[in-house]
Amino acid sequence: MSAKLEGANGTRPEAVVVRDLHKTFGDLEVLKGVSMTAREGDVVTMIGASGSGKSTFLRCINFLEMPTQGQIRVTGEDIALKRAHDGDLHPADRKQLERIRTRLGMVFQSFNLWQHMTVMQNVIEAPVHVLGVPRAEAIERGEALLNKVGLYDKRDVYPAFLSGGQQQRAAIARALAMNPRVMLFDEPTSALDPELVGEVLKVIRDLAEEGRTMILVTHEMKFARGVSSHVIYLHKGIIEEEGPPAQVFGAPKSERCRQFVSNSH
Amino acid sequence: MVWDWLFTYWPQLLYGLWITLVLLFLSMTLGMMLAVPIGLVQVTGPWWLKYPARGFCTFIRGTPLLIQLWLMYYGLGQIFPMIPGLRHSFLWPVLREGFFYAVLAFTLSTAGYEGEVMRGAFLGVPRGELEAARAIGMSPWQVLRRVWLPRALRQVLPTLNGETILQLKSTPLAYTVTVMDLMGATSMIRQDTYRIYEPLIFIAVIYMVITFIITKGFAWAERQVPVKR
Repeated sequence: MSAKLEGANGTRPEAVVVRDLHKTFGDLEVLKGVSMTAREGDVVTMIGASGSGKSTFLRCINFLEMPTQGQIRVTGEDIALKRAHDGDLHPADRKQLERIRTRLGMVFQSFNLWQHMTVMQNVIEAPVHVLGVPRAEAIERGEALLNKVGLYDKRDVYPAFLSGGQQQRAAIARALAMNPRVMLFDEPTSALDPELVGEVLKVIRDLAEEGRTMILVTHEMKFARGVSSHVIYLHKGIIEEEGPPAQVFGAPKSERCRQFVSNSH
Repeated sequence: MVWDWLFTYWPQLLYGLWITLVLLFLSMTLGMMLAVPIGLVQVTGPWWLKYPARGFCTFIRGTPLLIQLWLMYYGLGQIFPMIPGLRHSFLWPVLREGFFYAVLAFTLSTAGYEGEVMRGAFLGVPRGELEAARAIGMSPWQVLRRVWLPRALRQVLPTLNGETILQLKSTPLAYTVTVMDLMGATSMIRQDTYRIYEPLIFIAVIYMVITFIITKGFAWAERQVPVKR
């Protein structure tokens, strides 16, 4: 259920709370009741085999997938849901959904930069057109963010001319430009060549050290162990094991989890 | 070859060129404005928009442009005068002219062809880029206006170049409904002077020059967003 955090951490405000999430695709139940709480400053990492439902879980948080059952609360606000014809729950209030989504920065496995815009245009697009930030201000902030992810000199380049690692760092800058309360990472390094993984993980690690709230789906076990405050091992749509990284990676109670983490190096 | 008729008839040719360009410009712009929603509803629309749009494209693409034009001119052109009051309305000077029916037929033709092209283009925009737009908080309208449509239009530019050229070379059909475009001007010269080949060769060269300019224009537009090939 709620994150097992040491000491006074439990008093920090809840950033994302997911209760009893179910998701069915046709006859296939991908998520069978998953709950999670991420408090401000938490880095919650979801691990598990392909098909365990971890990406689906993440995509349900900002409603890129519609859950079949469950409740989601972001920064203290319950997202109003209604049952749609397809049997899934859909957000009842589009305005609320759009507002909530601006607080959740999403980074995708396949980067998904807008190919018809330069890096800088990608970064300022949503601040200007969704949040209404004045253009000059957005550019100033965008420059600082691109500096931070090491892409200042690529600001006027189109995404097609960047390496995968550069594209992903640009995508992280684009998400950060919204000043989100929570960052969601959906296997951010899975589409990268091995030699490019490090540069992206470094940016994510810097964000964790700044105290950013993050929910991360990854196959990078060593990284997960180092960066997480809480690790969830998902197996066939249910939480098989969860706890602080030292427990999940060092002394898991579940035999299956022990095998998974020992095989994934 | 005799070219002295050029000195007499250049104003008519210039006017014909103007009419040809206006026909092309109006039918392409108005046609594309229709093609965007026609393409879009075929991808995301409800069935009661999707099927009429698909049917429209099938009809336009399946019938000769000349027949469409004549259906407008002789069909609608027969019906309009029967509508009470229309003959005396401010619209009549427009509805009386073959030019109106030419623009209408060419616009619908463009809408049909490019509607199909736009359908493919909308489908061709990577799903992930649309997800990124939604995930960052854009409304459906913003996703369309800022990401989906500009991405689709960019993909369609090379096709649109070819379609615009084809449309240019369909404009002489307007002459069959009394429009005095380049082709109309040439026919007038033929009737007055009995010169056939020189005027035809002359406007053939003009069509080629326009084609060249259109191609350059699209090439310029495509260069605005460099694509790695």
